Amino acid sequence: MRISIRTADSDVEGHMAQRTTPPEWSTGKSPLRHGDVPFRAGTIMLASAVVLLVFAIAWMLYTSSQEARTAFGWDLLFGSAWNPVQTELNPISFGGWPAVRGTLLSACIALIIAAPLAIGIGIYLAELCPISLRTPLSFLVELLAAVPSVIYGVWGVFVFIPFFNTAFATPVSESIGTFLPWFAGPIATGRGLLVTGVILALMILPTIASLTRDVLRLVPNTQREAMLAIGATRWETIWLAVIPYSRAGIIGAIMLGLGRALGETMAATMLVGNTQRISGSLFAPATTAASLVANELTNSVSSLHESALIAVAFALFGITLFLNFGARLLIWYVERNTRGGRS
Amino acid sequence: MRTFNYRRRKLTDQVMRGLSALATGCAIIPLIAIIGYVLTIGAGAMSWSFFSDVYQPPSSAPEPTADKPAPAYDPNDPFADISVAPIDAAGNVDPTVSVYNAAPRGGVLHGILGTLTIAGIGLLFALPIGIFAGIYLSEFRNERYATIVRFCCDVLSGSPSIVAGVTIYVLVVLQAKQFSAVAGSMALAILMIPIVTRTTEEMLKLVPETMREAARGLGAPVWYSTLTVVLPAALPGIVTGVMLAFARGAGETAPLILTVLGSNVISMDIFKPMAALPLLTYRYTESPYPGENTQAWGAAFVLMMLVLLMNILVRVATRKAGGNSR
Repeated sequence: MRISIRTADSDVEGHMAQRTTPPEWSTGKSPLRHGDVPFRAGTIMLASAVVLLVFAIAWMLYTSSQEARTAFGWDLLFGSAWNPVQTELNPISFGGWPAVRGTLLSACIALIIAAPLAIGIGIYLAELCPISLRTPLSFLVELLAAVPSVIYGVWGVFVFIPFFNTAFATPVSESIGTFLPWFAGPIATGRGLLVTGVILALMILPTIASLTRDVLRLVPNTQREAMLAIGATRWETIWLAVIPYSRAGIIGAIMLGLGRALGETMAATMLVGNTQRISGSLFAPATTAASLVANELTNSVSSLHESALIAVAFALFGITLFLNFGARLLIWYVERNTRGGRS
Repeated sequence: MRTFNYRRRKLTDQVMRGLSALATGCAIIPLIAIIGYVLTIGAGAMSWSFFSDVYQPPSSAPEPTADKPAPAYDPNDPFADISVAPIDAAGNVDPTVSVYNAAPRGGVLHGILGTLTIAGIGLLFALPIGIFAGIYLSEFRNERYATIVRFCCDVLSGSPSIVAGVTIYVLVVLQAKQFSAVAGSMALAILMIPIVTRTTEEMLKLVPETMREAARGLGAPVWYSTLTVVLPAALPGIVTGVMLAFARGAGETAPLILTVLGSNVISMDIFKPMAALPLLTYRYTESPYPGENTQAWGAAFVLMMLVLLMNILVRVATRKAGGNSR
């Protein structure tokens, strides 16, 4: 048998007549390319449903909150009185500052606790952990990200609040709290911003930790090897070569964690105490934006009330959208600029 | 001086490595505690009636038996449906018998059925959109529009679950003037779509390009090779993503508060309010009755088992599929 190897040119010139006719789709004779055009159109249509959904959410939140936004403007976020019902003392007003303040404070507390711990976990999982522990620990961290928030709430109410009250809140409010109003007593039910913040920290830990781990793994090994070769210790390698390389990604992970803490509803509703009163103490009950919406929307007394709650949800959506955009941008930046990572 | 410097560096190294291990320990302990508490206390709430019965109002009356049936309902008795402690001949109330230390009664069958229904229908809404959006993102990945879809997907997965609830509340519940299970399913679908989409995309991308080329080389159009070659090859991975989406949806509470409202009986009409496990967990946690608090742990236990089971199944399935760590 003779095997002939022909170049493309000779094939085209010399053997054109012997070739079977090219497939119909490649000639453009089949207008639908044997179903590929409708297939692509169909997938685009269903993919567009995702895009449409985002725009529908934004548009719905925007139009439904119109009434309250024209009536109160920025007072919806920064006004301090939330009175859905007219009383002799208080006119109707929708000032969301107690909720906004509660959301910001609890998320900040969560971030202050969770960010260093989560970065530590991420470093441990990506760089230091023995190989045999890596898979089970990573699995555990991912599992914890999947635990429903209502379970964190149950645990917080029945186990963590009593423990927190006796072990931390009571002694602190009796000592430091006597001169520092942030930690002032009394501790009644134990529900408050600090407890909420701690539980939120637990909830966002796995999110930040697993993203940090993923980002650290993207760092090229040459980066580590170069550092070790000039005599650096393991920690110096991590601190001076690995972390600076992936700093943007770690910040992105923290932003995603912050987004989750800001929008978390159930755990906050169950632990924060749900009162519109603003108290200087972190141990006192408060409220958050998400729990305000969850508590009041189905019981709204007027269309203005409903509209004001939707405006609060709109603000929440806007903030998380912004955080997500920033975080994805940072993580994408790291992914684009790193090649030859560990996995 | 050099020795000192070396010692200091070595010390820093050891301290910081220790701290990083400690951070892992510190974080893992409360997280294991949560799972442990739910599994141990929740297991204590398990009984046959927990799975076979629906809501029963808390009562200190003894459970009716064959030889001692429950007393007939007397509409003239204002306390007929409130159990009061037995009063002895001298007129003293027995303080140990109280609704506040009564054993839990009834079960969460309505919640289990409701959650399966709501999350199941939600999955039906989410699957076509999620899978085909995933196919689009993977098979036409270089198109500019794919970037927009991918970003919108990230927005959906990052937005708070309460926003999905508010959206469906305004668009469906207010329009229909009716809380309904199907509205809850729609809200859960909003949360499931990004999970299904991203998993499908990732799994399809793992299918080697050579398989696509082989199929096209045999003359198959893109749609045929995608649906009969690429999709089946990635199916185990996609199924795991779908299972994770189901577990996520089944555990969500906030959107359900705004859409399905909850129920105390088994109701299978999807256009009416329905019970759901996370809603029961929430309500029983806030309840003043210790019996219902116990049931909150029980409901949390069932939810936790669902999540654990799904995740472990996914783990086993992906490991079998070739040691892929995702």
